[in-house]
Amino acid sequence: MSCLETIQAYGVRALGYGERLLPRSDFTLCEQVTLIGSGMIWNIYFGALALVCGFFLATVVALAKNVPSPWLRKPAEAFVFVFRGSPLFIQFFLAYEAFVLLPKAGIPVNLGFVLITVETAWLTKAWAGALIVLFLNTAAYSGEIFYGALRAVPRGDLEAADAYGLTGWARFRRVVWPTMLRLAWPAYTNEAIFLFHATTLVYFSGFPAWKQQGDALYYANYFADKTFNPFVPYPIVATYFVLLTLVVIGFFGLVNRRLNRHLPQSNRPRLRIRPQVIR
Amino acid sequence: MFEFCSDPEALERLRWFACYLSNGKHMAFYASFGTVMVLLAITAPVAMAFGFAGASAARSRILPIRWLGKGYTAIVRGVPDIVFFLFFVIALDQAFEWMRHQIKCPDWADPIRQGNDFIVCGAAKLPLNTAPQWIHETYGFFLAVLTFAIVFGAFAANVLFGAMRAVPMAQLETAAAYGMSERQTFWRVLVPQMWLYALPGLSNLWLILVKATPLLFLLGVEDIVYWARELGGFVNPRFTDYPHGDWRLFYFLGLLVFYLFLTWGSERVLARLTKRLSHGQATMGGEAARREAQA
Repeated sequence: MSCLETIQAYGVRALGYGERLLPRSDFTLCEQVTLIGSGMIWNIYFGALALVCGFFLATVVALAKNVPSPWLRKPAEAFVFVFRGSPLFIQFFLAYEAFVLLPKAGIPVNLGFVLITVETAWLTKAWAGALIVLFLNTAAYSGEIFYGALRAVPRGDLEAADAYGLTGWARFRRVVWPTMLRLAWPAYTNEAIFLFHATTLVYFSGFPAWKQQGDALYYANYFADKTFNPFVPYPIVATYFVLLTLVVIGFFGLVNRRLNRHLPQSNRPRLRIRPQVIR
Repeated sequence: MFEFCSDPEALERLRWFACYLSNGKHMAFYASFGTVMVLLAITAPVAMAFGFAGASAARSRILPIRWLGKGYTAIVRGVPDIVFFLFFVIALDQAFEWMRHQIKCPDWADPIRQGNDFIVCGAAKLPLNTAPQWIHETYGFFLAVLTFAIVFGAFAANVLFGAMRAVPMAQLETAAAYGMSERQTFWRVLVPQMWLYALPGLSNLWLILVKATPLLFLLGVEDIVYWARELGGFVNPRFTDYPHGDWRLFYFLGLLVFYLFLTWGSERVLARLTKRLSHGQATMGGEAARREAQA
């Protein structure tokens, strides 16, 4: 098979299209690069969706943590503690076992006038179950970042908002929230990189890969197991992730520029990238 | 363990659980918590040593050594560490076997890499095929510790390198003015002072290390995750005295609580350590401690 044919056969194999059987012997470099690359689709899917959804929950969590009333504050603190204090690996296992225990046929819900059945089978699939875990996890981590930034919003900004007669939602929307984001952005960029790295854990924890549709590391592990040679597939994953990290940094840098556009050039904070280890 | 456990089927609920939770497999499960603790106890100092060596190398005046130190810290960043965990274990294993092969079987004619296979002579196998089971397990654990130490050493090197640079220049210049040699300055002035600056980063790293321990399972060590899956799964009444359904959820809940406690405890110890280290330092924390002592 030429390399072009390989790409046609395996380019989107991770989504279940193309050739069904994975290569079994005489692995070419092209096959490895193509299949691992097709696995990256899942890493990007998990990372991007969890990040987008997590962003909103994180804002809510940060605000809840900042409220004086313990009825809101304590649950938010507990949420952050549980998800930041335990390994993501265990969270995946736990979530999978919990989802498996749900009745397969669905849960009947009686709405009074009509009986509907809530489907639960899809929760045990990685695309939904792992996404929920990643979403909650990143919400907890970024919630803590946003909370720190929220506490760091300068008092002068709030006083200025008061002086302009801004209150409630308008004050939050126009003063508090943008400043919070601006302050949190460098740390949040790291969190985003960190989250993309964490997506590699999905198929190594409870969630099984269905019909051999896995992420980049799943295929890399497949090749390493078959060839007993870790020196080709793992560096390929590493290269893909370095590229992905660069894209994330580029995108977050653009947002950072927009968030800081009102500041004079010299005062703008630069993004300092410090990718972290496992969570 | 208890005498009344001889006939599990006749037990009432509380006693059944007492027997169930103290059977042989559960003892192995409890021991695996020890494995995790041993891993932490060994890895943390070794990673610190790696990190210290890396940070010192990155400060070296000799260019190749500096490259080595910087390269070590740079490589591990930017790539998911789980990739490293999977990679290093096979790579280290093969590297050890290859070295032993070169020494023990110099007249081996076949190539080591035959297509997809990695073949060394029998005497170079690690551990030897004839070795007892516990040596195989210890070797696996040793590889895991080494992998953890290499990966976390790189992060510690990063933290320590930053901390060494954070020590005020005036301190080092004073040492030089007193006629201390470079070596003396490093050991007597720089190293004692850098810990305060390194502590936030190191405590962060410690918490990450704690949370990375379930990865032992991926490295093939029989750790708590392994046992939780093993014990929690559905057990057929034909093969056991204690049949039960799928209880993995509860076992993993137990692990979750264990980790939460570990994190919570570490946070408290680290807070205390920070307070202690800032004692007598010309920083905000040190100043606060001084005021408190005076008042």
